[in-house]
Amino acid sequence: MSDRTPGIRPAATLGSRIDAAGRAAFPAASTALALLLISAPLGLPAAAELRLAVAFTCVFFWSVFRPAALPPLVVFALGLLCDLLGDAPLGLDILVLLALQGVALQLRLILERQGFVRVWLAFAGLAVTAAAATWGGSVVLGMRLLPMTPAIATAMLAVGLYPVLAFPLAHAHRTLAEPDHA
Amino acid sequence: MIRLSIQMRQALAKLTLPVLMAVAFALVLVGKADTLLAMRLRVALDDALAPMYGAMAGPLVRMRNSIGWVRDLADIQAENVRLRRDNARLLHWQRVAEALALRDRELEAQLHWMPSRPATFVTAPIVADTGGLYAHAVLVALRQGHTVHKGDIALDGGGVVGRVTEVGARSARVLLITDLNSRVPVMLVTSHAPALMIGTNGALPRLTYWPHGVVPREGERVVTSAAGGVFPADLPVGTVHYNRAHVAEVLPDARLDRLDLVRLFDFGSVTTLAPEAAARHHRDGPP
Repeated sequence: MSDRTPGIRPAATLGSRIDAAGRAAFPAASTALALLLISAPLGLPAAAELRLAVAFTCVFFWSVFRPAALPPLVVFALGLLCDLLGDAPLGLDILVLLALQGVALQLRLILERQGFVRVWLAFAGLAVTAAAATWGGSVVLGMRLLPMTPAIATAMLAVGLYPVLAFPLAHAHRTLAEPDHA
Repeated sequence: MIRLSIQMRQALAKLTLPVLMAVAFALVLVGKADTLLAMRLRVALDDALAPMYGAMAGPLVRMRNSIGWVRDLADIQAENVRLRRDNARLLHWQRVAEALALRDRELEAQLHWMPSRPATFVTAPIVADTGGLYAHAVLVALRQGHTVHKGDIALDGGGVVGRVTEVGARSARVLLITDLNSRVPVMLVTSHAPALMIGTNGALPRLTYWPHGVVPREGERVVTSAAGGVFPADLPVGTVHYNRAHVAEVLPDARLDRLDLVRLFDFGSVTTLAPEAAARHHRDGPP
Protein backbone atom coordinates (compact mmCIF):
# COMPACT_ATOMS: atom_id res chain seq x y z
CA MET A 1 0.00 0.00 0.00
CA SER A 2 2.79 2.32 0.83
CA ASP A 3 4.86 4.19 -1.70
CA ARG A 4 7.92 3.52 0.38
CA THR A 5 8.55 0.00 -0.92
CA PRO A 6 9.06 -0.50 -4.65
CA GLY A 7 7.37 -3.29 -6.54
CA ILE A 8 4.22 -4.25 -8.37
CA ARG A 9 1.10 -4.39 -6.27
CA PRO A 10 -2.48 -5.36 -7.03
CA ALA A 11 -4.84 -2.42 -7.55
CA ALA A 12 -6.34 -1.13 -4.33
CA THR A 13 -9.80 -2.51 -3.76
CA LEU A 14 -12.49 -0.62 -1.85
CA GLY A 15 -12.03 -2.90 1.15
CA SER A 16 -8.30 -2.41 1.37
CA ARG A 17 -8.73 1.34 0.90
CA ILE A 18 -11.19 1.49 3.82
CA ASP A 19 -8.78 -0.63 5.83
CA ALA A 20 -5.88 1.70 5.07
CA ALA A 21 -7.98 4.78 5.87
CA GLY A 22 -9.01 3.21 9.17
CA ARG A 23 -5.42 2.50 10.07
CA ALA A 24 -4.35 6.02 9.11
CA ALA A 25 -7.15 7.51 11.20
CA PHE A 26 -6.34 5.38 14.25
CA PRO A 27 -4.05 7.88 16.07
CA ALA A 28 -6.46 10.80 15.71
CA ALA A 29 -9.58 8.74 16.43
CA SER A 30 -8.13 6.96 19.47
CA THR A 31 -6.91 10.25 20.95
CA ALA A 32 -10.27 11.95 20.44
CA LEU A 33 -12.08 8.95 21.91
CA ALA A 34 -9.78 8.95 24.95
CA LEU A 35 -10.46 12.66 25.50
CA LEU A 36 -14.21 12.08 25.29
CA LEU A 37 -14.12 9.03 27.56
CA ILE A 38 -12.18 10.86 30.29
CA SER A 39 -15.06 13.35 30.54
CA ALA A 40 -17.64 10.54 30.71
CA PRO A 41 -19.27 9.82 34.05
CA LEU A 42 -16.73 7.19 35.03
CA GLY A 43 -16.05 8.86 38.34
CA LEU A 44 -12.42 9.47 37.40
CA PRO A 45 -10.52 11.70 39.80
CA ALA A 46 -8.76 14.75 38.34
CA ALA A 47 -10.47 14.37 34.96
CA ALA A 48 -9.32 17.78 33.74
CA GLU A 49 -5.67 17.12 34.53
CA LEU A 50 -5.93 13.64 33.06
CA ARG A 51 -7.51 14.93 29.85
CA LEU A 52 -4.68 17.37 29.22
CA ALA A 53 -2.02 14.83 30.21
CA VAL A 54 -3.40 12.27 27.74
CA ALA A 55 -3.58 14.93 25.02
CA PHE A 56 0.09 15.86 25.63
CA THR A 57 1.16 12.21 25.56
CA CYS A 58 -0.73 11.23 22.41
CA VAL A 59 0.21 14.34 20.44
CA PHE A 60 3.87 13.92 21.39
CA PHE A 61 3.99 10.18 20.68
CA TRP A 62 2.36 10.33 17.27
CA SER A 63 4.24 13.51 16.27
CA VAL A 64 7.54 11.77 16.95
CA PHE A 65 6.78 8.31 15.61
CA ARG A 66 4.14 8.83 12.93
CA PRO A 67 3.73 12.53 12.12
CA ALA A 68 1.74 11.80 8.95
CA ALA A 69 -1.05 10.32 11.07
CA LEU A 70 -1.52 13.44 13.16
CA PRO A 71 -1.28 16.49 10.88
CA PRO A 72 -1.44 19.94 12.52
CA LEU A 73 -5.07 20.36 11.48
CA VAL A 74 -6.01 17.27 13.50
CA VAL A 75 -4.02 18.57 16.48
CA PHE A 76 -5.92 21.83 16.12
CA ALA A 77 -9.21 19.91 16.29
CA LEU A 78 -8.02 17.90 19.32
CA GLY A 79 -6.99 21.12 21.06
CA LEU A 80 -10.40 22.64 20.35
CA LEU A 81 -12.04 19.52 21.80
CA CYS A 82 -9.91 19.90 24.95
CA ASP A 83 -10.83 23.57 25.22
CA LEU A 84 -14.54 22.94 24.84
CA LEU A 85 -14.73 19.85 27.06
CA GLY A 86 -12.97 21.58 29.93
CA ASP A 87 -13.90 25.19 30.56
CA ALA A 88 -10.48 26.40 29.37
CA PRO A 89 -10.12 29.78 27.67
CA LEU A 90 -10.91 29.19 24.01
CA GLY A 91 -7.78 28.49 21.94
CA LEU A 92 -5.33 28.04 24.81
CA ASP A 93 -5.11 24.24 24.63
CA ILE A 94 -4.93 24.44 20.82
CA LEU A 95 -1.95 26.77 21.04
CA VAL A 96 -0.17 24.61 23.62
CA LEU A 97 -0.77 21.36 21.72
CA LEU A 98 0.34 22.87 18.40
CA ALA A 99 3.51 24.23 20.02
CA LEU A 100 4.15 20.81 21.57
CA GLN A 101 3.75 19.23 18.16
CA GLY A 102 6.04 21.80 16.55
CA VAL A 103 8.83 21.05 19.02
CA ALA A 104 8.24 17.28 18.78
CA LEU A 105 8.49 17.47 14.98
CA GLN A 106 11.76 19.39 15.25
CA LEU A 107 13.14 16.78 17.65
CA ARG A 108 11.82 13.68 15.95
CA LEU A 109 14.85 13.01 13.77
CA ILE A 110 16.97 12.86 16.91
CA LEU A 111 14.40 11.17 19.15
CA GLU A 112 13.44 8.42 16.74
CA ARG A 113 16.87 6.87 17.12
CA GLN A 114 17.01 7.13 20.93
CA GLY A 115 16.04 4.54 23.48
CA PHE A 116 12.82 4.65 25.44
CA VAL A 117 14.22 6.38 28.51
CA ARG A 118 15.66 9.31 26.58
CA VAL A 119 12.41 9.83 24.67
CA TRP A 120 10.61 9.71 28.00
CA LEU A 121 12.98 12.30 29.48
CA ALA A 122 12.50 14.56 26.45
CA PHE A 123 8.74 14.19 26.83
CA ALA A 124 8.98 14.98 30.55
CA GLY A 125 10.72 18.26 29.75
CA LEU A 126 8.16 19.14 27.11
CA ALA A 127 5.19 18.16 29.30
CA VAL A 128 6.41 20.35 32.15
CA THR A 129 6.90 23.25 29.75
CA ALA A 130 3.47 22.69 28.19
CA ALA A 131 1.76 22.52 31.59
CA ALA A 132 3.58 25.68 32.66
CA ALA A 133 2.44 27.35 29.42
CA THR A 134 -1.16 26.32 30.17
CA TRP A 135 -0.87 27.86 33.61
CA GLY A 136 0.77 31.02 32.21
CA GLY A 137 -1.87 31.35 29.53
CA SER A 138 -4.67 30.96 32.08
CA VAL A 139 -3.07 33.59 34.29
CA VAL A 140 -2.68 36.08 31.42
CA LEU A 141 -6.16 35.44 30.00
CA GLY A 142 -7.86 35.37 33.38
CA MET A 143 -5.85 38.41 34.51
CA ARG A 144 -5.32 36.97 37.98
CA LEU A 145 -2.82 34.74 39.72
CA LEU A 146 -3.97 31.12 39.72
CA PRO A 147 -2.76 28.22 41.86
CA MET A 148 -0.05 26.15 40.19
CA THR A 149 -1.19 22.85 41.70
CA PRO A 150 -3.40 21.77 38.74
CA ALA A 151 -0.59 22.51 36.26
CA ILE A 152 1.93 20.60 38.37
CA ALA A 153 -0.54 17.70 38.66
CA THR A 154 -0.99 17.71 34.88
CA ALA A 155 2.75 17.62 34.26
CA MET A 156 3.26 14.82 36.78
CA LEU A 157 0.34 12.82 35.36
CA ALA A 158 1.67 13.24 31.83
CA VAL A 159 5.18 12.13 32.80
CA GLY A 160 3.80 9.19 34.76
CA LEU A 161 1.31 8.20 32.07
CA TYR A 162 3.83 8.23 29.24
CA PRO A 163 5.26 4.73 29.84
CA VAL A 164 1.76 3.37 30.49
CA LEU A 165 0.41 4.82 27.25
CA ALA A 166 3.55 4.47 25.15
CA PHE A 167 3.52 0.68 25.40
CA PRO A 168 0.08 0.12 23.80
CA LEU A 169 0.64 3.06 21.44
CA ALA A 170 3.96 1.61 20.26
CA HIS A 171 2.23 -1.73 19.78
CA ALA A 172 -0.54 -0.05 17.78
CA HIS A 173 2.11 1.88 15.86
CA ARG A 174 3.60 -1.41 14.64
CA THR A 175 0.31 -3.22 14.02
CA LEU A 176 -3.04 -1.48 14.09
CA ALA A 177 -2.02 1.94 12.83
CA GLU A 178 0.44 0.64 10.24
CA PRO A 179 -0.92 1.31 6.73
CA ASP A 180 1.51 -1.26 5.29
CA HIS A 181 -0.43 -3.98 7.08
CA ALA A 182 -3.61 -3.16 5.22
CA MET B 1 -7.30 18.43 -7.90
CA ILE B 2 -4.52 20.92 -8.48
CA ARG B 3 -1.17 19.25 -9.00
CA LEU B 4 1.62 21.04 -7.20
CA SER B 5 5.33 20.51 -7.51
CA ILE B 6 7.05 18.57 -4.74
CA GLN B 7 8.87 21.68 -3.51
CA MET B 8 5.62 23.61 -3.39
CA ARG B 9 3.90 20.84 -1.47
CA GLN B 10 6.77 20.65 1.02
CA ALA B 11 6.71 24.39 1.51
CA LEU B 12 2.94 24.30 2.09
CA ALA B 13 3.30 21.40 4.54
CA LYS B 14 5.88 23.40 6.49
CA LEU B 15 3.56 26.41 6.57
CA THR B 16 0.52 24.59 8.01
CA LEU B 17 1.75 24.52 11.60
CA PRO B 18 2.68 28.24 11.88
CA VAL B 19 -0.54 29.26 10.12
CA LEU B 20 -2.64 27.10 12.46
CA MET B 21 -0.79 28.51 15.46
CA ALA B 22 -1.62 32.00 14.24
CA VAL B 23 -5.26 30.94 13.85
CA ALA B 24 -5.24 29.50 17.38
CA PHE B 25 -3.77 32.74 18.71
CA ALA B 26 -6.46 34.69 16.88
CA LEU B 27 -9.03 32.34 18.42
CA VAL B 28 -7.64 33.13 21.89
CA LEU B 29 -8.09 36.85 21.23
CA VAL B 30 -11.55 36.39 19.71
CA GLY B 31 -12.57 34.11 22.59
CA LYS B 32 -11.40 36.76 25.05
CA ALA B 33 -13.28 39.55 23.27
CA ASP B 34 -16.43 37.59 22.50
CA THR B 35 -17.21 35.17 25.31
CA LEU B 36 -20.50 34.33 23.60
CA LEU B 37 -18.65 32.55 20.81
CA ALA B 38 -16.96 30.12 23.19
CA MET B 39 -20.28 29.61 24.94
CA ARG B 40 -22.10 28.84 21.69
CA LEU B 41 -19.42 26.37 20.64
CA ARG B 42 -19.57 24.70 24.06
CA VAL B 43 -23.35 24.46 24.01
CA ALA B 44 -23.23 22.91 20.53
CA LEU B 45 -20.69 20.30 21.64
CA ASP B 46 -22.56 19.63 24.89
CA ASP B 47 -25.82 19.11 23.02
CA ALA B 48 -24.11 16.62 20.74
CA LEU B 49 -22.40 14.76 23.60
CA ALA B 50 -25.11 14.83 26.27
CA PRO B 51 -27.25 12.01 24.76
CA MET B 52 -24.15 9.83 24.34
CA TYR B 53 -22.93 10.46 27.88
CA GLY B 54 -26.50 10.06 29.12
CA ALA B 55 -26.72 6.62 27.53
CA MET B 56 -23.42 5.69 29.19
CA ALA B 57 -24.39 7.05 32.59
CA GLY B 58 -27.18 4.51 33.23
CA PRO B 59 -25.08 1.31 33.02
CA LEU B 60 -22.13 3.01 34.75
CA VAL B 61 -24.22 4.07 37.73
CA ARG B 62 -25.77 0.60 37.87
CA MET B 63 -22.31 -0.96 37.82
CA ARG B 64 -21.09 1.29 40.62
CA ASN B 65 -24.22 0.50 42.62
CA SER B 66 -23.86 -3.25 42.18
CA ILE B 67 -20.25 -3.06 43.39
CA GLY B 68 -21.55 -1.16 46.41
CA TRP B 69 -24.28 -3.78 46.88
CA VAL B 70 -21.77 -6.62 47.11
CA ARG B 71 -19.70 -4.60 49.58
CA ASP B 72 -22.82 -3.83 51.65
CA LEU B 73 -23.64 -7.52 52.02
CA ALA B 74 -20.50 -7.98 54.06
CA ASP B 75 -21.48 -5.71 56.95
CA ILE B 76 -25.24 -5.97 56.81
CA GLN B 77 -25.50 -6.64 60.55
CA ALA B 78 -23.59 -3.52 61.54
CA GLU B 79 -25.59 -1.55 58.98
CA ASN B 80 -28.87 -2.74 60.53
CA VAL B 81 -27.79 -1.63 63.99
CA ARG B 82 -26.74 1.73 62.63
CA LEU B 83 -30.01 2.17 60.72
CA ARG B 84 -32.12 1.34 63.81
CA ARG B 85 -30.21 3.92 65.80
CA ASP B 86 -30.55 6.45 62.98
CA ASN B 87 -34.24 5.70 62.69
CA ALA B 88 -34.87 6.36 66.37
CA ARG B 89 -32.95 9.64 66.14
CA LEU B 90 -34.80 10.70 62.98
CA LEU B 91 -38.21 9.88 64.51
CA HIS B 92 -37.33 12.21 67.35
CA TRP B 93 -36.40 14.97 64.89
CA GLN B 94 -39.57 14.33 62.91
CA ARG B 95 -41.63 15.09 66.00
CA VAL B 96 -39.59 18.24 66.58
CA ALA B 97 -40.12 19.27 62.94
CA GLU B 98 -43.86 18.66 63.16
CA ALA B 99 -44.13 20.78 66.29
CA LEU B 100 -42.08 23.54 64.67
CA ALA B 101 -44.15 23.43 61.48
CA LEU B 102 -47.29 23.82 63.55
CA ARG B 103 -45.87 26.79 65.42
CA ASP B 104 -44.62 28.23 62.12
CA ARG B 105 -48.14 28.05 60.68
CA GLU B 106 -49.60 29.74 63.78
CA LEU B 107 -47.05 32.55 63.63
CA GLU B 108 -47.57 33.03 59.91
CA ALA B 109 -51.32 33.25 60.48
CA GLN B 110 -50.81 35.88 63.16
CA LEU B 111 -48.48 37.92 60.96
CA HIS B 112 -50.57 37.59 57.78
CA TRP B 113 -47.40 36.26 56.18
CA MET B 114 -47.32 36.53 52.38
CA PRO B 115 -45.96 33.22 51.11
CA SER B 116 -43.48 33.38 48.23
CA ARG B 117 -44.21 31.63 44.98
CA PRO B 118 -43.23 27.96 45.23
CA ALA B 119 -40.19 27.25 43.08
CA THR B 120 -40.44 24.95 40.10
CA PHE B 121 -37.69 22.45 39.51
CA VAL B 122 -36.54 19.66 37.26
CA THR B 123 -34.37 16.75 38.28
CA ALA B 124 -31.72 15.71 35.82
CA PRO B 125 -28.71 13.40 35.72
CA ILE B 126 -25.15 14.70 35.69
CA VAL B 127 -23.54 13.03 32.73
CA ALA B 128 -20.05 14.51 32.55
CA ASP B 129 -17.45 16.41 34.45
CA THR B 130 -16.65 19.33 32.18
CA GLY B 131 -14.29 21.11 34.49
CA GLY B 132 -10.95 22.31 33.24
CA LEU B 133 -7.72 22.96 35.11
CA TYR B 134 -9.14 26.22 36.39
CA ALA B 135 -12.86 25.56 36.16
CA HIS B 136 -15.24 23.36 38.09
CA ALA B 137 -18.37 22.56 36.12
CA VAL B 138 -20.60 19.60 35.33
CA LEU B 139 -22.78 18.74 32.37
CA VAL B 140 -26.45 17.96 32.94
CA ALA B 141 -28.45 16.02 30.35
CA LEU B 142 -31.91 17.42 29.67
CA ARG B 143 -34.79 16.45 27.45
CA GLN B 144 -35.69 18.57 24.46
CA GLY B 145 -38.28 21.20 25.35
CA HIS B 146 -37.02 21.61 28.91
CA THR B 147 -37.65 24.79 30.92
CA VAL B 148 -34.22 25.29 32.44
CA HIS B 149 -32.84 28.82 32.27
CA LYS B 150 -29.45 30.38 32.71
CA GLY B 151 -29.12 31.33 36.38
CA ASP B 152 -31.21 28.46 37.73
CA ILE B 153 -29.87 27.04 40.96
CA ALA B 154 -28.68 23.47 41.23
CA LEU B 155 -29.13 21.52 44.47
CA ASP B 156 -28.48 17.89 45.28
CA GLY B 157 -29.93 16.02 48.22
CA GLY B 158 -27.71 17.94 50.63
CA GLY B 159 -27.44 21.53 49.51
CA VAL B 160 -26.41 24.07 46.91
CA VAL B 161 -24.29 22.63 44.10
CA GLY B 162 -23.96 25.64 41.81
CA ARG B 163 -25.65 27.67 39.16
CA VAL B 164 -26.60 27.04 35.54
CA THR B 165 -24.33 29.07 33.28
CA GLU B 166 -25.00 27.66 29.83
CA VAL B 167 -28.16 26.11 28.46
CA GLY B 168 -28.52 24.17 25.23
CA ALA B 169 -31.40 22.25 23.72
CA ARG B 170 -30.46 18.98 25.42
CA SER B 171 -27.88 19.99 28.00
CA ALA B 172 -26.91 22.56 30.58
CA ARG B 173 -23.65 23.37 32.29
CA VAL B 174 -23.64 23.96 36.03
CA LEU B 175 -20.82 26.05 37.49
CA LEU B 176 -20.00 24.50 40.86
CA ILE B 177 -19.60 26.56 44.04
CA THR B 178 -15.93 25.50 44.12
CA ASP B 179 -15.19 27.23 40.78
CA LEU B 180 -12.92 30.28 40.83
CA ASN B 181 -15.71 32.43 39.39
CA SER B 182 -18.29 31.35 41.93
CA ARG B 183 -19.46 33.99 44.41
CA VAL B 184 -22.35 33.06 46.66
CA PRO B 185 -23.81 35.55 49.14
CA VAL B 186 -24.40 33.56 52.31
CA MET B 187 -25.58 34.04 55.86
CA LEU B 188 -24.09 32.55 59.03
CA VAL B 189 -27.05 31.02 60.80
CA THR B 190 -26.11 31.59 64.45
CA SER B 191 -24.95 35.19 64.16
CA HIS B 192 -27.21 36.13 61.21
CA ALA B 193 -24.15 37.84 59.74
CA PRO B 194 -23.81 38.10 55.96
CA ALA B 195 -20.69 36.79 54.26
CA LEU B 196 -19.48 35.81 50.83
CA MET B 197 -18.51 32.29 49.82
CA ILE B 198 -15.81 32.31 47.18
CA GLY B 199 -14.73 29.36 45.05
CA THR B 200 -10.99 28.69 45.15
CA ASN B 201 -10.61 25.92 42.56
CA GLY B 202 -9.90 23.63 45.53
CA ALA B 203 -12.28 21.19 47.18
CA LEU B 204 -13.67 23.71 49.68
CA PRO B 205 -14.90 27.25 48.98
CA ARG B 206 -13.62 30.03 51.23
CA LEU B 207 -15.65 32.30 53.45
CA THR B 208 -14.89 36.04 53.37
CA TYR B 209 -16.31 39.51 53.99
CA TRP B 210 -18.13 38.84 57.23
CA PRO B 211 -18.86 42.02 59.21
CA HIS B 212 -16.54 43.44 61.83
CA GLY B 213 -17.12 41.98 65.28
CA VAL B 214 -18.46 38.67 64.03
CA VAL B 215 -16.33 35.54 63.92
CA PRO B 216 -17.68 32.52 62.07
CA ARG B 217 -17.61 29.59 64.46
CA GLU B 218 -16.34 26.15 63.57
CA GLY B 219 -19.33 24.01 62.64
CA GLU B 220 -21.69 26.97 62.25
CA ARG B 221 -24.36 26.42 59.57
CA VAL B 222 -24.13 28.47 56.40
CA VAL B 223 -27.18 29.17 54.22
CA THR B 224 -27.68 31.31 51.13
CA SER B 225 -28.68 34.91 51.50
CA ALA B 226 -30.97 36.83 49.17
CA ALA B 227 -28.51 39.75 49.09
CA GLY B 228 -27.65 40.62 45.51
CA GLY B 229 -30.85 39.03 44.26
CA VAL B 230 -29.13 36.01 42.78
CA PHE B 231 -30.02 33.30 45.29
CA PRO B 232 -33.16 32.97 47.36
CA ALA B 233 -32.60 33.02 51.12
CA ASP B 234 -32.08 30.00 53.36
CA LEU B 235 -30.94 27.28 50.96
CA PRO B 236 -28.55 24.95 52.81
CA VAL B 237 -24.94 25.49 51.77
CA GLY B 238 -22.71 23.88 54.38
CA THR B 239 -20.89 24.35 57.66
CA VAL B 240 -17.97 26.57 58.64
CA HIS B 241 -14.63 24.85 58.93
CA TYR B 242 -11.21 26.32 59.70
CA ASN B 243 -8.39 24.72 57.78
CA ARG B 244 -4.84 24.27 59.04
CA ALA B 245 -3.86 27.78 57.94
CA HIS B 246 -6.81 29.06 60.03
CA VAL B 247 -8.71 30.22 56.95
CA ALA B 248 -12.50 29.97 57.22
CA GLU B 249 -13.84 27.55 54.64
CA VAL B 250 -17.23 26.01 53.99
CA LEU B 251 -17.73 22.24 54.09
CA PRO B 252 -20.48 21.92 51.45
CA ASP B 253 -23.59 19.93 52.29
CA ALA B 254 -23.73 18.88 48.64
CA ARG B 255 -21.57 15.89 47.73
CA LEU B 256 -19.66 17.70 45.03
CA ASP B 257 -17.26 14.85 44.40
CA ARG B 258 -19.99 12.26 43.80
CA LEU B 259 -22.74 14.05 41.92
CA ASP B 260 -25.29 11.81 40.18
CA LEU B 261 -28.48 13.80 40.11
CA VAL B 262 -29.26 17.47 40.62
CA ARG B 263 -32.44 19.42 40.95
CA LEU B 264 -32.41 22.65 38.92
CA PHE B 265 -34.62 25.21 40.64
CA ASP B 266 -36.19 28.16 38.92
CA PHE B 267 -36.82 30.63 41.70
CA GLY B 268 -38.26 33.04 39.18
CA SER B 269 -38.49 36.16 41.29
CA VAL B 270 -34.75 36.61 41.80
CA THR B 271 -32.92 38.44 39.07
CA THR B 272 -30.49 36.23 37.24
CA LEU B 273 -26.96 37.36 36.58
CA ALA B 274 -24.13 35.53 34.90
CA PRO B 275 -21.37 34.54 37.33
CA GLU B 276 -18.94 37.02 35.76
CA ALA B 277 -21.46 39.79 36.24
CA ALA B 278 -22.21 38.54 39.73
CA ALA B 279 -18.53 38.66 40.62
CA ARG B 280 -18.24 42.21 39.34
CA HIS B 281 -21.41 43.13 41.17
CA HIS B 282 -19.92 42.06 44.48
CA ARG B 283 -16.55 43.58 43.81
CA ASP B 284 -18.14 46.95 43.08
CA GLY B 285 -20.48 46.75 46.01
CA PRO B 286 -19.58 47.59 49.60
CA PRO B 287 -17.42 44.90 51.21
